[in-house]
Amino acid sequence: MKDNIIMIHPQDNVAVALRDLTEGEKAAAKGIDEFSVMEKIPASHKIALQDISAGEEIVKYGETVAVSTRDIKKGEWVHTHNLESRRWKK
Amino acid sequence: MNEITGYERKDGRFGIRNHVLVLPTVSCVNGVINRISREVSEAVCITHAHGCGRGGPRDLQILFGILSGLVHHPNVGGVVLIGLGCEVSNTKNLLPLLKDARKPVEVFNVQEDGGSLKTAEKGAAAAHRMLAEIRKQKRVPVPWEKLLVSMECGGSDAMSGVTANVAMGSVSDWLVEKGATVIFGENTEMIGTAHVLARRAKNEQVAGEINRMINQAEKLTRDTMGNLASLVISPGNMDGGMSTIAEKSMGCIFKGGTTTINQVVGYGETPTEKGLVLQDGPGYDGDSMAGLAASGSQLMFFSTGRGTPAGFPALPVIKVASNSKIFEAMKDDMDVNAGSLVEGKPLSGLRSEMIDLMIRVINGEETRAEMNGMDVFTFMTVNPPF
Repeated sequence: MKDNIIMIHPQDNVAVALRDLTEGEKAAAKGIDEFSVMEKIPASHKIALQDISAGEEIVKYGETVAVSTRDIKKGEWVHTHNLESRRWKK
Repeated sequence: MNEITGYERKDGRFGIRNHVLVLPTVSCVNGVINRISREVSEAVCITHAHGCGRGGPRDLQILFGILSGLVHHPNVGGVVLIGLGCEVSNTKNLLPLLKDARKPVEVFNVQEDGGSLKTAEKGAAAAHRMLAEIRKQKRVPVPWEKLLVSMECGGSDAMSGVTANVAMGSVSDWLVEKGATVIFGENTEMIGTAHVLARRAKNEQVAGEINRMINQAEKLTRDTMGNLASLVISPGNMDGGMSTIAEKSMGCIFKGGTTTINQVVGYGETPTEKGLVLQDGPGYDGDSMAGLAASGSQLMFFSTGRGTPAGFPALPVIKVASNSKIFEAMKDDMDVNAGSLVEGKPLSGLRSEMIDLMIRVINGEETRAEMNGMDVFTFMTVNPPF
C-alpha cells in the first residue's frame, strides 16, 4: 500500500497526512504497521500514532510541540480541539 | 566525486562565482546603476532603497555592514562602487571598511564625476575593465571547510516543514559532517523553540545567546503587533494543520538539521566557527537573504510551498519546492521537488540528488534563479526614516 502519512522523526507520536484521509481507511507509512483512520483528517494535518492521554506531550520533529487536553485515540485527528500550546496562550 | 572548485580570494576565502558587482551607496544613484546594467550585461548590477535618511546607530551599523559585506563577498571578484556625495553611507565613510577587501574596487561619485551620465560612462568602462581582468582567474579545488551554505524558507505552506525543510536539514547535517558551515536566520520563526535550540548549543554562552535572541524576537513581535502577535501563527497556518507556534517553528528550524549549534552571529556578520551557526536576523525573505549573503555565504538553499521565485545577486540560490503542484506550476523557477517525498521517494534518495545538484552548482552550473535573473536585494532597517 502506498504511504498516505509521513512520520518525520522516530520518536514522534503523531504523523502528517499526505492527503485527505477518510474514516475507516488504513493509514500507512514506512517503518510502522498499518492502522485504521478513526475520523476525517485533512491533508497536512496530524494523526495520532498511538493512544495519547490527557496532559501528555504531542511529539513531532522529535520535540514537544503541544500538550493534549483530552484522551486521544490512535488514528484520531490531532489539532487545536484536543491540544494546547505550552506557551503563547491567548 | 565530491570535489568542488572555486576562486581563491586574498582574504583566504573562496568564491564559487566570479562576479563584478556594481553597487550604489544610496538609492539616489539607482538610475546610474540601471544605465550601467544596460551597458554591461555581464556585471551584477544591484539597486536598493537605502543609504541615507536614517541616523540611529543600529541602522548605520546595518547599512555599512551590509554594503561592506557585499563588497567583501567571496563570490565577488571586483566592485564598481557608485556614490552620490552627500549621503550618510558616502564612499568616504565606506572606504575605511573596504581597505581589507583586497580586490579591485573602483569608486565614482556623481557629484564629483560630472553628473549621472558621465558617472555611468565611467562606471561602465570600469566594469568592462574589471570583467576582462577577473576572467583570467581560474577555478581551483576548494576545501569543504571553506564553504558557508545558508538555509532559507519563504512563501511557506503546510508541507514546507514536512518535505522541503526536512530534506534541507538532511543536507545541512551532511555539510556539517563534511566540515562546512551552515547558517540560518529568521529569528521570528524560531519563537517557541528556544528550549530546543538552546539544548543543542555547544556551551552555556551560546545557549544564553540563543535564548536572548529568541526572547527579543518574541518581545519585538508582541510590541509591534500587539494583539495581532498571535498571527505569527496565522489562521492559514492553522488551516494547514499547524496547531501551535512551536510546531510551526520546528518545521522552520528543521532546515538547519540536527547538529550542535556552535555560534550565534548578528545580522550580516561572518561566522568565525564551523558547523551549524544561527544568525539573529528577521523572518522577511528579502531582508533575511541579505543578512545571510553579507555574512559571506557562497550558496543558499531556499524552500517554498506557495512559490517565490526570489534569488539573490551574486549568490546561487537553489529553490526547493515543498509540493509537486507548485513545482509543476513554477517549473522554470524551481530546482528541486521535495514534494517527491509524498509520492514515495525515500529521503535518502532526495538528499543524494540535492547534494549532487549542490556540487554541480558550486562548480558553476546555474540555478533557475540565476538563469532567470531573479535577483532581489533589500535589507533590514530598525527605525523610521527622518
